[in-house]
Amino acid sequence: MKYILLIQQGSTPVPPSEAWDALSDEEKGEIYAAYKAISETPGVTPGHGLQLPETATTVRVRDGETLVTDGPFVETKEALGGYFLLDAEDLDTAIELAARIPAARMGGAIEVRPLREGY
Amino acid sequence: MSLEQVFREQWGAVLASLIGFLGDFDLAEEAAQEAFTTAAERWPRDGVPANPGGWLLTTARNRAIDRIRRERTLAAKTRLLEVPEPVEDPMEAIDVSTFPDERLELLFTCCHPALSTEAQVALTLRTLGGLGTDEIARAFLVPEATMAQRLVRAKRKIKSAGIPFRVPPDHLLPDRLAAVLAVVYLIFNEGYSAPPTRGDLAVEAIRLGGAMAQLMPDEPEVHGLLAIMLLHDARRPARFRDGDLVLLADQDRALWDAERIVAGRAALDRALALHGDGAYVVQGAIAALHADEPRDWRQIAALYGELSRMTGSPVVELNRAVAVAEAYGAAAGLEIIDRLALDDYRYQHSTRADLLRRLDRPAEARDAYERALALVVDDAERRFLRRRLAELDPTADQPEGPSCSA
Repeated sequence: MKYILLIQQGSTPVPPSEAWDALSDEEKGEIYAAYKAISETPGVTPGHGLQLPETATTVRVRDGETLVTDGPFVETKEALGGYFLLDAEDLDTAIELAARIPAARMGGAIEVRPLREGY
Repeated sequence: MSLEQVFREQWGAVLASLIGFLGDFDLAEEAAQEAFTTAAERWPRDGVPANPGGWLLTTARNRAIDRIRRERTLAAKTRLLEVPEPVEDPMEAIDVSTFPDERLELLFTCCHPALSTEAQVALTLRTLGGLGTDEIARAFLVPEATMAQRLVRAKRKIKSAGIPFRVPPDHLLPDRLAAVLAVVYLIFNEGYSAPPTRGDLAVEAIRLGGAMAQLMPDEPEVHGLLAIMLLHDARRPARFRDGDLVLLADQDRALWDAERIVAGRAALDRALALHGDGAYVVQGAIAALHADEPRDWRQIAALYGELSRMTGSPVVELNRAVAVAEAYGAAAGLEIIDRLALDDYRYQHSTRADLLRRLDRPAEARDAYERALALVVDDAERRFLRRRLAELDPTADQPEGPSCSA
């Protein structure tokens, strides 16, 4: 089974921000180490880290007209922070990996979605 | 044993084996349905086979294999999987010992935390209990179409999200077992707390609990839950008199199911022998003490204290208050209740009312009964509370509502 693990940052401190700066070097180090370990886990294809939701631009086409708005499609605090792709035996494996992603315990959440097969 | 009983007994195990074999809920369910339909036609004519489960399973497997073949041919798929040969005569070729009992795998799949609790309950009743969608819908007071939709979505999620069909590995087992036990207990309580018409759910939960105890003999909490259910269910015949709720203290013990009580005590003994001290085991011990005569209220109060520390549940504290009131006086019980914040919980008010009545504080008792009545949803409970309220003041008019002859 192939899954995407969508990282919803929620209130998780992310750089650049004051909340992130307030973390100790040790805490920052643990977070980087956790993300590195996950990226190196067999079956994981690391996604790209995303810049802050504030930098997002949302595009819609209505009646042939392109409408551009500032900000993410969902509310900023619900915006995607990053993702991993995972090839795993089953959902339990995906849940265990998701639980290791620092954002899951730091005020965010991980949405685990199976990918469509055969498209 | 009637055909219907045989079907109820066999459905869960047959379906579990089929899902394990086919890896597909819908295909397995259709095949099982066909096999049971065939059996309903043939068995009355030819007699029930010596091994009904094996017969049903083999027949269902053959149907499923035929169907897979047909679909393969129709779709002309080149990617051929190994499809076993159907067994020619199900009467001959069965050795049920070669079919592993996969009911536990099925139970853990149905109660996976990635499914909503409602879906877990519905799926468990449908697959392991063999209840029809209409029966489950009635039991949970939702339209049949809603229930059907719930089941379809749950099965689709199991398949598309990759929820595994297995007993979880050791590091996941405690959490997942707790989820399964919670579902079984929820089913039991739905059946037990409602008037006798929905008692089938309680029986179904006990059947599930019994199967779990047999398949996971070393898990004390499984035996603990089974003990709770058996001991409570034993009192079910005495809980209602002419449709009215009868409190434990007023129940006619001759109506209790002695066999159930013996079985419940035996389940508790097994749990204790396994050094169980979890929340279900403690509740089972409390239920066993309630079956004693006279009841040891101090011991009951102490066990509720333990349970309260374990769960932090105010509802447990409320039960402790009742036991404390019996053991040490109504005032001591009331003191506990007045510390609780369960304003929307009718039993807080009805229990408080009862203690106030015993403390001869009728005005406060009346207020508390009124508050309980404002929250009550069940007719039998409503009648009970109105009776109590009327007893408080014998000069008051009889309350309206259905007449009670108790």
